[in-house]
Amino acid sequence: MPIQRREVLTALGTGTLAGLAGCSGMGGGGEEEASAGVTGETLTLTTTTSTYDTGLLDEIHGSFEEMYGVSVDAVAQGTGAALESARNGDSDVVMVHARGLEDEFMRNGYGVNRRDLMFNDFVIVGPEDDPAGISGTGSATEALTAIADAGAPFVSRGDNSGTHTKELNLWEAAGTEPGGDWYQETGTGMGEALNIANQQGAYTLSDRGTFISQRSEIDLTILVQGPIEGGPEILSNPYGIMAVNPGVHENANYDLAMAYIGWITSPAAQEAIANYQMNGEQLFFPEAVSEDPDFQQYVPEGWSSDSSDA
Amino acid sequence: MPIEPVAQLVPTLVDLPFREGYVSSIVYVSLYVSLIAVTLSTLFSVPVAIFLGFTDFPGKGLVKSVINTGMGFPSVVVGLIVLFAVSNQGPLGSLELIFTKEAMIMSQFVLATPPITAISLAAITGVDDDVRDAARVLGGTRLDAALVVLKEARYGIATAVLAGFGRAISEVGSVLIVGGNITSADGISKTRTLTTAIQLEARQGQYETAMVLGAVLVALVLAVNAVVVRFGDQGVNR
Repeated sequence: MPIQRREVLTALGTGTLAGLAGCSGMGGGGEEEASAGVTGETLTLTTTTSTYDTGLLDEIHGSFEEMYGVSVDAVAQGTGAALESARNGDSDVVMVHARGLEDEFMRNGYGVNRRDLMFNDFVIVGPEDDPAGISGTGSATEALTAIADAGAPFVSRGDNSGTHTKELNLWEAAGTEPGGDWYQETGTGMGEALNIANQQGAYTLSDRGTFISQRSEIDLTILVQGPIEGGPEILSNPYGIMAVNPGVHENANYDLAMAYIGWITSPAAQEAIANYQMNGEQLFFPEAVSEDPDFQQYVPEGWSSDSSDA
Repeated sequence: MPIEPVAQLVPTLVDLPFREGYVSSIVYVSLYVSLIAVTLSTLFSVPVAIFLGFTDFPGKGLVKSVINTGMGFPSVVVGLIVLFAVSNQGPLGSLELIFTKEAMIMSQFVLATPPITAISLAAITGVDDDVRDAARVLGGTRLDAALVVLKEARYGIATAVLAGFGRAISEVGSVLIVGGNITSADGISKTRTLTTAIQLEARQGQYETAMVLGAVLVALVLAVNAVVVRFGDQGVNR
């Protein structure tokens, strides 16, 4: 061990001295190794913490990178921040889960070619002893009302993410204004929010994927199921993918973004998504490939054809 | 790239449940970004400190207080400012620096410069005036006097560089904002540093691996400190 330590120190010394002498060329060996055979094209994808933290993207991106000889830079930010980065032209393609925000993004001209990608669902999780007694209600809104009435601790993401947006919609649907000591906004990713809820014996709304991927670390349990397990439809969690509009941001790598969208909605990639498992459970359900064309995916949420000339 | 062999050595010391190359690439990115940022910052800060230490001009007090304020400047705010600068919408947008190591170097440069300048300045002004006078009396030019003072202040300047390095490598907020914490699909880091990797592990509830990465970070900082102290001990005999 001491010998090794000396080696490290010596090597560190060399590195530091060389660094201090200012002879560090840009793009060292590490980078070259990482991007062997890359044509130099890089796709920047901003996405949610749920797709990233479950390990899905790392699992499937390899085949895309190989196929096109490119690299994908996935930045996990949460839906609100991911869309904001795309609005600023800092990413080429965006993968999020809040249809209302996505429609707005498209309507304002920042995004083009939105496709339904996959879905999972939301679940309400909480401590096993269930102080608010929400187990068995089978209704998300009733469960939230019960939590509020009991003043049981509830952890909110509070970060403008897709999950947070969904949670706010649920409170609205329940007709309850959350607030008080029991309601805590963490401003963190889903994994961290689950940890905090776990530490405090609190309830929280989680996407099923992140919950499954962390189940072994925490003592929380699912008290209200989402539609995948026969729960209410309001807890469905569809993911969409959009290219950044090259007409707004000319530096957006539109060709590569469309190649990516084409690839990730292709049968092969969709199958890879379906096959991705964690702790023996499927996390995401592909939605891009169907027997019949699904034109409904191009219709904004809440849109109706009742125009004045009808 | 001399940082490479060091980064390779780290995983041999710790056995982590990560894919091959993951930890060494993170260590590499951490060292690459912080060392370049601190080097550039030193090249900028020490001359500024020398200038401030050897000349008097109106407004010098103001400059000093700006530097001292900078020492306590919140790193997250620095990150935001750099983000604004390098974002596609920002003044440097055309360079496409967002989510790159270069953007991280920029923010660490901004973070490391105030402490390096301030501590170097303190070391330079702390050198006894007699030393300065003696150099001049012996027929030295201003430059000779400055060199003598620098030599006297070298420990203080080494401390300054270390303080800057410490601030740069242990910083998490700004590099997360401007770098994006990116690895490629094969687990090789592009802009993920030890600090942002720890943040990610903690976010996923992997506290044990986060602790191990934390130990690697502490070991790195200690190693760099040991090297610099040694470097200072040998003196600047040139």
